[in-house]
Amino acid sequence: MSDIHELSLTQVRDGLARGEITAGQAVEACLAQIEATEPRISALLSVQGGKARERAAALDAHGPDPDRPLWGVPLVVKDAICAKDAPTTCASRILENFVPFYDAFAVAKLRQAGAIILAKSNMDEFAMGSSTENSAFGPTANPWDLSRVPGGSSGGSAASVAARQCFGALGTDTGGSIRQPASFCGVVGLKPTYGRVSRFGLVAYGSSLDQIGPMARTPLDCAVMLSAIAGHDPADSTSAPQPVPDFAAAVQARGDLRGVRLGLPKEFWGDGVDAEVKDACRAAVDAAEKLGAKVVEVSLPHTPYAVATYYIVAMAEASSNLARFDGVRYGYRDRSAGELIELYEKSRSAGFGDEVKRRIVLGTYVLSAGYYDAYYRKAAQVRELLRRDYLAAFTRCDVLCGPAAPFTAFGLGEKKGDPLQMYLSDIFTISLNLAGLPGLSFPVGLGRDSRLPVGLQLFGPAFGEEIILGTAQVLSQALEALPTPRGLSA
Amino acid sequence: MKITPERVAEVARLARLTFTPEELTRFAAQIGDILAYMDTLNALDTTGVEPLYSPSGLTGVTREDAARQANSRAETLANAPETDGEFFIVPRIV
Repeated sequence: MSDIHELSLTQVRDGLARGEITAGQAVEACLAQIEATEPRISALLSVQGGKARERAAALDAHGPDPDRPLWGVPLVVKDAICAKDAPTTCASRILENFVPFYDAFAVAKLRQAGAIILAKSNMDEFAMGSSTENSAFGPTANPWDLSRVPGGSSGGSAASVAARQCFGALGTDTGGSIRQPASFCGVVGLKPTYGRVSRFGLVAYGSSLDQIGPMARTPLDCAVMLSAIAGHDPADSTSAPQPVPDFAAAVQARGDLRGVRLGLPKEFWGDGVDAEVKDACRAAVDAAEKLGAKVVEVSLPHTPYAVATYYIVAMAEASSNLARFDGVRYGYRDRSAGELIELYEKSRSAGFGDEVKRRIVLGTYVLSAGYYDAYYRKAAQVRELLRRDYLAAFTRCDVLCGPAAPFTAFGLGEKKGDPLQMYLSDIFTISLNLAGLPGLSFPVGLGRDSRLPVGLQLFGPAFGEEIILGTAQVLSQALEALPTPRGLSA
Repeated sequence: MKITPERVAEVARLARLTFTPEELTRFAAQIGDILAYMDTLNALDTTGVEPLYSPSGLTGVTREDAARQANSRAETLANAPETDGEFFIVPRIV
């Protein structure tokens, strides 16, 4: 088979299980594609080619294992997630030389399922950004147009999947960091329910918001990965003691959308969305109706307050979480410091990039004496109102749906100088994290003007991943598949 | 909200960060814009609304207090910028 890298995760997995493809061939196909595309897109921060080959050889020596649903499948992991013996830098100078001696829970589960960890992907530093331009090691380019951003912060994972460097990737989503890059790069990305996937081994940004989730080329592929990484973990006290369904079986069991009430929040479909995005998303909703879905208009009235609420909560949590980087136990140390406070200040100031420092300062400000009630507590109250909006909407529908972003991928450098404008681009993704609910973005076509991928989001109630994955799978099979990213065809 | 470079420097000190005068001026303007945007929440009456700090609903999760072999000293020290093989080394404190 010459074009193994063009297969979806499920296709390659089935070929591996039947012995038609060896794990070694799958790894070589991905490494060759990395070599061919990486000079143009810079999606990866490190490639574990040698270890991947060793692991493939060990798997091939025993042959396919029907009990391991990702046997021999090469995957990429966002560099915010620890994988034993590979660097985990969070795209930051402060962790440039950090090599964890343990696997994150999600990575350990992938390995147990037979997957091969191939590389670590680029991101905005500490997952703070919406374009992957905040990486200390340089930006990633969008495989559809090399002059544009891949989105962020999981832009490296999204670009890697889109460029067929791997069959799936792990991303993390604190305010849209899986769904928005999935939308910009024309792939599928799922943010699971808060607590569905353990955060053990994920470098913390906003602990009450962060979730690890799968990114791949089809919703079914994401379902296969989610079944592997979900489940209770005693090492994360917010990990949910919920049974893990067979998500792939649930997705495959759904043949149409009869009985599915699709709610369109009017706040997601109004002004401020580019016409080409709205039209592509609307066409997908029309297709859903033809497949039997019933469309209802709903309202999430506090949506206009979501961005401000999110950034207060996320920055407050970030300022606490990033206090651990002190130049003592791990990470960068400024060796010129003569005493301890100076050591902290110099190491942190040289190790963190601008956006990270901006968020730490803002987070410290909103938590400081005299401002805590006005900002942090107030935001937590609005967060409760946002959650109630969702609870009310889900009494009238089964799935909520709207554009993943107001526009398709923007140009490199276009928004970098204006942090507030960058934050406002997250308007359609962030309230989901505040409410802790699952959401997915999947490609519904190319914008008629930009010819760039448009992503439609589907939101579900807590622990309702099955219905959004199933709806997305049925709908994507009815829609025209995206062509190969054209930025790589030249 | 107007934020002065001096105010940014005060907050930065709490967070153990230092900035150049140019950075302080630039950050003061950006942080002022962002805080002004955050202030839009004040338009909303939240009297009597219980704050939501985590969507998990799990609180006070405990486990059995059992001894176990956790990470080795060598592994724990492996990423440290400076050690003597047994301890993390920092500049003299006392």
